[in-house]
Formats: sequence, C-alpha cells, structure tokens
Amino acid sequence: MATRHDTAVPPTKEGGTAPGRAPADVPPSEAAKRRDRLSRRWQRDVRWSPYAFVSPFFLLFVAFGLFPLIYTGWASLHTVELTAPTDMDWVGLRNYTRIFDDEFFWNAAQNTLTIGIISTVPQLVMALGLAHILNYKLRGSTFYRVVMLAPYATSIAAASLVFVLLFGRDYGMINWGLGMVGFDHVDWQLDKWPSQFAVSTIVIWRWTGYNALIYLAAMQAIPQDLYESAALDGASRWRQFIHVTLPSLRPTILFTVVVSTIGASQLFGEPLLFDENKGASGGAEHQFQTLGLYLYEQGWINQHLGRASAIAWTMFLILIVIGVINYVISRRLRASS
Amino acid sequence: MTTTLTKPTAPEEAPPKRRAKALRAGGQLHAGPIAYVILALFTIGSLFPLVWTAIAASRDNNRLAQTPPPFWFGGNLLDKLELAWTDANLGEAFFNTTLVAGISAITIVFLSTIAGFAFAKLRFKGRGALMLIVIGTMMVPPQLSIIPLYMMVAELGWTDQLQAVILPSLVSAFGVFFMRQYLIQALPDEIIEAARVDGASSWRVIWHIVFPAARPAMAVLGMLMFVQTWNDFLWPFLVLTQTGSPTVQVAVAGLGRGYTPDQALIMAGALLGTLPLLLVFALFGKQIVGGIMQGAVKG
Repeated sequence: MATRHDTAVPPTKEGGTAPGRAPADVPPSEAAKRRDRLSRRWQRDVRWSPYAFVSPFFLLFVAFGLFPLIYTGWASLHTVELTAPTDMDWVGLRNYTRIFDDEFFWNAAQNTLTIGIISTVPQLVMALGLAHILNYKLRGSTFYRVVMLAPYATSIAAASLVFVLLFGRDYGMINWGLGMVGFDHVDWQLDKWPSQFAVSTIVIWRWTGYNALIYLAAMQAIPQDLYESAALDGASRWRQFIHVTLPSLRPTILFTVVVSTIGASQLFGEPLLFDENKGASGGAEHQFQTLGLYLYEQGWINQHLGRASAIAWTMFLILIVIGVINYVISRRLRASS
Repeated sequence: MTTTLTKPTAPEEAPPKRRAKALRAGGQLHAGPIAYVILALFTIGSLFPLVWTAIAASRDNNRLAQTPPPFWFGGNLLDKLELAWTDANLGEAFFNTTLVAGISAITIVFLSTIAGFAFAKLRFKGRGALMLIVIGTMMVPPQLSIIPLYMMVAELGWTDQLQAVILPSLVSAFGVFFMRQYLIQALPDEIIEAARVDGASSWRVIWHIVFPAARPAMAVLGMLMFVQTWNDFLWPFLVLTQTGSPTVQVAVAGLGRGYTPDQALIMAGALLGTLPLLLVFALFGKQIVGGIMQGAVKG
C-alpha cells in the first residue's frame, strides 16, 4: 500500500532480529548495514501490515456498501429516471412527501410488518424447540442437522416456485389436505391473510433449520454444572429449560431476532415469485406487497429511481430505529440480570 | 464427567436412578420417542417440498390440474429436465453462476482470512474501532445500496456482464468476523511470535502459518459464500437479463411466465437450480453444520 513510508516509524523495541547498532565512531560493515536495513524493513512490516490486511475489506465496503448507501440519500432528493440515471434534478423532500402520501407505501409498510411477524415469531420459536430436541443424545444426529439445513440450501426462486404450486387454490396439495379433513378451500393468492401466511411459510421453511443450528451451538456452550445444580434443587426439565437454557441463550436469541428482523424488512424474492403473474404489485390488490417490492415497483416498473431511493432511505432509517430499540432492550436486560 | 459427580454427591437421596437421570439433563439425556416423532415431522417438512419439486417435474400440466395432486413420480422427468435445460438457457446459466459464485467465494475467503488474522492476532491502532465498524456493517442490508449500484452499472455499460454481479458480492463482513472468531482460538500466539523472532515477514506468516491453520474454516466459509452467491436473487435479477447472461436463479425465475406456464417445466428448472447445492450439502453437510455452529457461538 502507498502508506508504507518509513519516515513515520519510530524505533520499536520488540525487534527480535534487530542486532545492536554499531557504535557511531566505527564505520558499520556492509553486513551490519544490510542487517540494519532488513530490521528497519521488518519494523515497518510489523507496524503497517495489519492495515494492509484489513484494507481490502474496507475499500470494497466503501465502494460497494457505504458510498452507495450515502448516495442513495443524495439521490432521494432528486428526480432520477431509470432511463437516464445520470440526469438528476434537485427536488428537495418531494420524493418523501410523494411516497408518504401514497396509500400503497403505507400498505407495503404494514404488510412488511405483519409478514415479518408471521414469519419471524413461529420460525424462531420452532427453531428453539428444535434445537432443544437436537441437543439430546440422538441416533443419527448429524443426519437430522444436515436435513434441517436442506431448505437453507434451496434458493428463494426454487422454494417460492414450488410453494406457489403447493398453495394452489384449486389443485394445490395444501388445499387438498384441508379438504380431506373437511375444510373449505382457501384462496392463498387473493385473500389478504392467507396470502401473507403463505409467503411467510416460504421464509419459515427456509430459515428454521438454520436458526435451530445457531441455537443448538449456543445451548452446547452452556456449562453443564448449571443444569446439575438446577437438578439438585429439584427443577424439572421444563423448569431447567425456562430458568437455565433461556437466560443463557438471551444474547443468541437477540442476535437471531435482529438478523431475522433485517431479513424480514428486505423481503423481496418470495412475494415477487409467489405472485401468479410474477408482478411487483404483490398480488392483484397489493395484498402481500412488501416494502422491498414497492421499492422495486417504483424504481424499475414506474422508473422513478429518485422515489425508490427515498423508499430505501426510509427503510434504512426504520432499521436504525429498530437497532436503537434493540440496543436499549438488550441493555435493560443486561442491567436486570 | 456427570457420572463421577452423581455417585459421591447424592448417595442417600431416594430413587437413585431417577436422580441420576435428572442430573444428566441438558445435552446428555437420551431423546425419548416424542422427540423422535417431532424430528421425523421436521425431516418430512424439510424434505417434502424438495421431493415434491421432483414429482411435479416428472408430470405435466394436465396431471397437475387434478385432485388429488400427484404423490409419486410420473414418466416425464428426463424430458422436462432436458426441456428446462434448453428453454431457460441453463447450460450458460450454470457456467455463469459457477464462475460468479466461485470467484466471489475464493476472493471473500482470501480477503476475510487476512483481515480476520489481523483482527485476531495483530496489534494495531484503531483495531477495536475498525472491528466495531465491521460488525456494524453486518447490520446494514446490501439491498439498500442497489440504486446507486444500478446507476454505476448503467453508467459503465455493465448490464448483462458478470462483473456487475461479482464486484458488489465481494463485501462480506460476516467472512471477516467468522475468520477472526476461528483464528482467535485456532492459532496460538507462540507460533506467530516464534516466526517473528526468526525474522519472518507478515506475508510469510500468512502463507506458512495462518493459511494452513485456517484451512478448515476457510473451506466452510468458502462453501457458505458459494451457497449465498449461488442463491442470490435480487441484484442479479436487476442487472442480468434472462436472454443475456443470467445466473441460475434469474433463469429459473424467468421460467414461470406466459399465460399458461408449463408447471412441470418450472419445477424441473427449480430442481436443476437446486441440485448442485443439495449435492454439496449431502457431501459436506457435516462440515457446513459444524461451520455454522462454530460461527454462531460468539455471535
């Protein structure tokens, strides 16, 4: 890297190979000079190489993460058309007022929230239960763990497409099963709550096993003697789960909640491909249009990149608020325990 | 460990058998039949949609528009797979995706290992602050940056060119974090110090000490990143077109269009797009599971 200038380097003490410098009045031999040079290079290396090692990540992050994120904020204050993305006209906050006046923005925000809850809560609760079971001594435990991860290996596209068929109104397997036990057929596309439930099912299916593994890892890190002393106090297995397992898992649970919340706020591929027409409206009545889809619709279907930027920036601000709330809650929890 | 504890501590307590059992709770207890039933249900739930993808791919539109839905394979599987392969341009899509996911995974693993090593084992000013930034970036979803990235791609004329997908995918804070966590415990400080005393440069330390020590974690991270890039949808969907140079996901997603889409064909495409990854998981599932769990503990 260009930053490796030796002038800034003060002599370091830990130079293992550095030989004692020759006294000033004796002219140093060639070999001593060479060693001296080597040792200086060595010191420079020790001092600057850590920065060289971490800099590629930060350069990439600035180029493809930070700069675009900030530029999104800048673009959100302009009118930018998809067909001419470099022509930007300053409009101030008008993009924001436009989307806040749009009922479909609020609809999408609401759908994102409800789909987020329907997909995250059951997913994490099931993952917790599954991890608890996987934590027993099991025959073929590796088999179960790998099987639970198979949905994670399946792409959003493949998973969404098969669930469209399984949730088909007339010939889908799920309605057939409901019919067998005497229920009416459900319209998983057109009705609001069933469609949101169906989209959430795709998310739940793909991520439950993954989260279970994360919980399992945390459970295995809980010291065994906590359970032993709880058992000595006569705690039942259920009480052990409540009073030993859950408190020890608190940071991990918080972590998965944060990650799932972020994932839920970005939901895009599942609702796009679940729509029979593969459109960006999230169903004929926008019944399962998420913010991610709304952003795509505004930017790439209606071709208003400026407005899409305003949506992206709004989503970013929402995430920051969620992050702050999370931070406060986790501090409260830590303070109380 | 547990057995040595049970005997001396509670000898006089009534039913000794029960006591011993309770003491072994949490991780050591054998699963009962109910646990196996639940696991069986989850196994079916996890695998059924995948198996049914293959079943549906082996049928045709007529059979899929009947009740009850098919539960077993029909005779069309090979035909439909072949049709999906040519229809969705899957040959090229596989090549593209392998290239994208391969380059991306190898680069991420390399960059994450050296950065993770620096964060785990080297002392430098600003280390703590920089690590906090890395963790902070994990919380910012990349989707929020797509609009300027799209502008960049349009400006550079990179639409339908693979570097448009590869470059943004190289940012992986998770990778840095993952390698750091691994190297903290897998690489003893003494070895690095010994190499330093022998006058080894930082690059020599990386090549001859860090890479060999990090190999298992590098393999797992490589597989995770390969899976992630292979399955990536939104960004490739925006900058690659189905007729240009699609990735597998873009090609498969494009199969479902038209007024009467051939459902079996769509399922065949979905199956083909998933098969390589399922194969990787079948072969290296144990290592991947281990890697995910290892990365999780200190998360």
